[in-house]
Amino acid sequence: MALVEKHSLTDASEFRVSEAMPGDFLALLKPRVMSLVVFTAFVGLATAPGAIDPFIALIAILAIAVGAGASGALNMWYDADIDAVMTRTARRPIPSGMITPDQALTFGLILAVLSVMTLGLLTNLVAGGLLAFTIFFYAVIYTMWLKRSTPQNIVIGGAAGAFPPMIGWAAVTGSVSLECVVLFLIIFLWTPPHFWALALFKSDDYGRAGIPMMPNVAGEASTKRQILAYSVLVAAVGVAPWAIGQTSAVYGVVSIALGTAFVWYAWKVFRMPEADRTMGAAKALFGYSLVYLFAIFAVLLGDVAIARLIGG
Amino acid sequence: MEPETIELTEKQKKARKRRNIAIALGLVALVVIFYVATLTKLGPAVFDRPM
Repeated sequence: MALVEKHSLTDASEFRVSEAMPGDFLALLKPRVMSLVVFTAFVGLATAPGAIDPFIALIAILAIAVGAGASGALNMWYDADIDAVMTRTARRPIPSGMITPDQALTFGLILAVLSVMTLGLLTNLVAGGLLAFTIFFYAVIYTMWLKRSTPQNIVIGGAAGAFPPMIGWAAVTGSVSLECVVLFLIIFLWTPPHFWALALFKSDDYGRAGIPMMPNVAGEASTKRQILAYSVLVAAVGVAPWAIGQTSAVYGVVSIALGTAFVWYAWKVFRMPEADRTMGAAKALFGYSLVYLFAIFAVLLGDVAIARLIGG
Repeated sequence: MEPETIELTEKQKKARKRRNIAIALGLVALVVIFYVATLTKLGPAVFDRPM
C-alpha cells in the first residue's frame, strides 16, 4: 500500500508537461562543438588511403557527429548543477528548465547506442569501437571523473575531442596508423592552450562552479607558461604530416607559418601583465586557436586532395 | 466521478506537436538511411540468401 501511495500522482502541480522544442534537444548536442567534430572527422576520412562509397562516408560522418552530440547530451545531464552557476552555460536546456535531466540522459543514451551501432555496421568494428570509446571517455572519464577532480582535466579529457579524425580514418581503412595518430596529436596538444586561454578570462566562472581549472589551481603565471609550452608542441606536431611524408612541402610551409603565429599569440599571453584584466591577449589566442585548427586541417585536406588529383 | 486530468496550455500543445514532427522526420531519415545503406553495402547480393 505504501508503495502505491508513493508512486501515485497526488498533486497535479507535481506533474510538469514539457514545453521543450526540438531546438532545445538540438542544443543538448552542442552543435558548435559538433561542427568541429564533423570537419576533423571528414578530413580524417577523406585523407585516408582507400576507397569508401560516398553515401556510406556521409552516414559515417553523420554517425560520428551524432555520437559526439550524444556525449554532449550526457555531459549536460551530469553537469547540470555546475552549468547553472556559470554565466557561459546557465542558459543550457537543463539549467534553464526546458529539459529535465532524465530526458537528457535518455536522449543521450539512445543517440549513443544508435550512432555506434550504425557506424559499426556500415563501416567496420574498429571505427564503431573507437566511437564508443570516445563517448565513454568524454562522458565518464572526463565529465564524471577528471573535470571536477584535477586541473589536468582538459589535458587528458582533450583526447575525446581528438578522436574524430582517427574514427574517420578507421572508417575507411579499418585500422589505426601513424598518419591518423598525428591528426589525433594535433587536436590533443591544441586543446590545453585553447581551453586555458578561455579559462584565463573566464576563471571567475569556473571558480564559482568549483571546477579546478589551471588558472584557479596553479595560478595565472603557471597557466601562461604551460600555454606557451603546449603551443610550441602543437606547432611542432602540426608540421608532422609533412615530416612523415603524408603531404607536400606546401602544407609544410603553411603549417610552419600557422604554428609560428600560434606560438606568437601564446607568447603575447605569456607576456600579458598580471594587472591586465581585459585579457585581450588570452581572448586573441582563444580566437586564433580556432582559426588554427580549422586552417591546418583544411590545408591538409587540400594538399592531399590535390596530390591525388595530380597523381590520378 | 470524472478522473482528474491536466489541460495542456497552447504553448505545451505547440511544443508537443513540434517534437512529434521532429521524431517523425528522424524516423523517416533512419528508414531512408538503412534502406539506401543496405542497397549500397549489399547491392544485388541483398537477394542472395542461400537456404
